[in-house]
Amino acid sequence: MSPTRRSVLKGFAAAATLAATGAPNAFAAPRPRKTPPADAVGLLYDATRCIGCQACVVKCKEANGLPPDTGTPRGAMYDAPDDLNAKTKNIIKLYKGEDGRTSFMKAQCMHCVDPACASVCMISALYKGPRGIVVYDPGKCVGCRYCQTACPFNVPKYEWETAFPKIVKCELCRHLLDKGGIPACVAACPREAVIFGGLETLRADAKGRISREPMRYFPKVYGDTDGGGTQVLYLSAAGIPFGKLGLPDLGDEPVPELSESLTHAVYQGFIAPVALYSILGFAVYRSWRRQGLGKGGEE
Amino acid sequence: MSHNAAAVGGPILTRTFKVCLGVFAMCILVLAWRFVVGLGPTTGMNDGFPWGIWIAFDVVVGTALACGGFSIAILCYAFNKGKYHALIRPAVLTSALGYTLAGASVIVDLGRYWNVWKIPLLWNWNRNSVLLEVAICIMAYVVVLWIELSPAFIEVWKEQEKYPLLCRAARRVHRWLNRYLIAILALGILLPTMHQSSLGSLMLIMTTKLHKLWHTPLLPVLFLSSAILMGYAAVIFESALADEVFDRPRETKILARLSGIMVAVLFFFLAVRLVDLALRGRLGLVATLDFYSGMFLLEMALFLAPALLLLSRKRRNNPGIELISAILMMLAGSLYRFDTFLVGFRPGPGWSYFPTIPEMTVTIGFVAFEVMLYLFIVKQFPILHTGVSPHRLEAAPKPSG
Ligand code: SF4
Ligand code: SF4
Repeated sequence: MSPTRRSVLKGFAAAATLAATGAPNAFAAPRPRKTPPADAVGLLYDATRCIGCQACVVKCKEANGLPPDTGTPRGAMYDAPDDLNAKTKNIIKLYKGEDGRTSFMKAQCMHCVDPACASVCMISALYKGPRGIVVYDPGKCVGCRYCQTACPFNVPKYEWETAFPKIVKCELCRHLLDKGGIPACVAACPREAVIFGGLETLRADAKGRISREPMRYFPKVYGDTDGGGTQVLYLSAAGIPFGKLGLPDLGDEPVPELSESLTHAVYQGFIAPVALYSILGFAVYRSWRRQGLGKGGEE
Repeated sequence: MSHNAAAVGGPILTRTFKVCLGVFAMCILVLAWRFVVGLGPTTGMNDGFPWGIWIAFDVVVGTALACGGFSIAILCYAFNKGKYHALIRPAVLTSALGYTLAGASVIVDLGRYWNVWKIPLLWNWNRNSVLLEVAICIMAYVVVLWIELSPAFIEVWKEQEKYPLLCRAARRVHRWLNRYLIAILALGILLPTMHQSSLGSLMLIMTTKLHKLWHTPLLPVLFLSSAILMGYAAVIFESALADEVFDRPRETKILARLSGIMVAVLFFFLAVRLVDLALRGRLGLVATLDFYSGMFLLEMALFLAPALLLLSRKRRNNPGIELISAILMMLAGSLYRFDTFLVGFRPGPGWSYFPTIPEMTVTIGFVAFEVMLYLFIVKQFPILHTGVSPHRLEAAPKPSG
C-alpha cells in the first residue's frame, strides 16, 4: 500500500507543479491586443442625423440580393423585418424614451477589431478579411452557430427555413468595394447619417463632431474602444446613452480576451497536455504492472 | 482488462427493447423531416437561441453522464485502485454509447453537416476556437472508447471458429491491442479531462450574454469536476439498475468506497462555486431571489444533499441511500450544465426558447437507441461482472513488456 500511496502523491506533486508553472506564465504574458490593419475601413453612424427613412434598408437588400421579409398586416404586403435576420443584414430601429424622446438606431455587423465570431469559428469560416472586414466563407462553415451565440451584438443570422442554410451577416458590401464603390447603405442615405471611410478618418471625424457641438451629442464615440474597438462607430444624441440604443456595455477589453488567454494558457505549444499525457501514461503502466493485469491474475 | 465478466444472455427482443425500437422509429421520422425542411420548422431554436437541447442536453449533459468510463479509469489506472476493475467494462460501454450518440446529435444539429469532414483537416484549424478543441477531442475519444471496449468483443469473436475471417481478424487486433493498450488507456483519461473542461470554456466568451451567476473564469474547473461527479453517479445508478434488471448481487462494497471520494468532489465543487462568487462580489445576486437566484439555489441544494447524505460511512453502505445520492448528483450536475448553456443564457430582450416536441422526440429517441444497444451488447458480450471467476474469461491483454 505504501509505495502506491507514495507514487500517487508523486503524481499529484507533478501535476501541481505543472499547474503552478503553467498558470503564472499565462497571466504574466497576456494575449497581445489586436489592432486594425492600416487600410481598415468602416462606417460612422450619426443617430442625430438619421431620419428613419429606411432607404439604407431597402438598398442593402437590393445590393446583397436579399429577399423581402414580408408581413401582411390588413391584407397588404410589406417588407417589414422586425430585426436583423437571414433576409436582413441592416435595419433601422427606433428608441423611444419615457420622456417621449426618440432616436433612430442602425444595426449591422460592427466589424469588430477583435471579433468574437472569428475567434470561436472552428475553421475560420468567419475571419478578418482585407481592410479588416469580417468576411464569411460558406465553403467552410459547418453551421454550428457558435458565432451567433458568441457575437455580443447578436449579428450573425442563420437561414432557419432551409435544408441548406448559410450564415448571413453584413460584409460591408465588399463586392461593391472591390469594384471601387461604397456600401449600399451609405450610398442610399439622403442625410449622410451613415458615412463610409478609413477607420482613422472616421474616428477623428466623430470626435471632432462631439467637440464642435458638445450640446448635441452624447459625449462618447461608441466603438472607439468598446470590446477592443469596432470598425463601425456610433454617435448618439445628448442624453441618450448607447445602452438605450441596444449597444451592449462591453468595457474596453476585447470580447475574446478571457476565453483565448485561458485556452492558450492551457494549450500553449501543447506542453501541458503532453506533460499530463506522459504522467498518465506512466501511471497507467505502473498500475498495470502492480495489478498484474498482463499476467492474467487479479489483485 | 476485465476479468470475471460474462455475457448475460437471454432473448434480445424483450418488451423494453420493442418499446425503445418504437420510440427510435419515431425519432428517425422526425430526423428525416428535419433534413428536408431545416431546423426552423422542426425546432424551437432561433437567432437569439441558436443552441437548443440537442447541444445543451444531448452533448453538454449527455457526455458528462457518459463520463463513467473516465471517472473509473482515473481510479483504476491513474490512482492504481485495482479493486474498481469490475466496474470498468460497463462504464466504458455506457461512455462509448453516450459519446457516440452525442456525436450523432451534433451532426443532426449542424446546419451545414456536409462540411464536417473539413474540421479534422489541420490546415483549416482556428487554434483560438474552444469548439475546435471540443470537436477534435470528442471525435478522438469516441474512437478511444470503442478501442477500450473492444477486448469484450474480441474475446467472443476469437472463439468463433465458424467464421474464420472474423476469428483471424480478432486475433490480429488482439495482438495489436496488447501492444498499445496502455497508450490508449492514458488517452482515455487525457481526452475527457481536456474536452470536459473545454465544454465549460465554450461559455467564457459570452461575457455579456451569460448570467453573472454562471459566468466565471473557473468554468473549465467547474465543468471538469461536475463531469467526474456525474460520471461516478451514472456508474452507481447504472449498476444498481443492471443488478436489478438482471437479478445480480449488489456491488455495494465497491460502490461505497467510490461514494466517499464523491463527497470530497462535491464539497470541492460547492466551495469553488461559492468562493468564486464571493471573491468577485457576485454573492449579492443570490439574494435577489429572482428566477436566476432560484435556479442557482436549487443547484446548490442538489449538490449539497448528496454530499451530506454520503458523509457518514454507515449511510454510504446503504444501497438505497447510495442510489438516491447518485440520482441527486446526476440531477445536480445536469442542472448546473443546463443552466450554464440555456437558462443563464440571455441573448437580449424579446428572445426565448422552448424545445419543440419533434426536438424532444429526437433526444428521447437517441436515449432509446442507447438503451437498445446497451441491452444487446451486455446480453451478447462479456461486459458485466459475474462475481465468480471463470478462468476461461481471464483473457486480459498483456502490456508491451
Ligand atoms: S459584430 Fe459580431 S459578427 Fe460582427 S464582427 Fe463583431 S462579433 Fe463578428
Ligand atoms: S456557424 Fe459557420 S461561421 Fe458560424 S461559427 Fe459555426 S462554422 Fe463558423
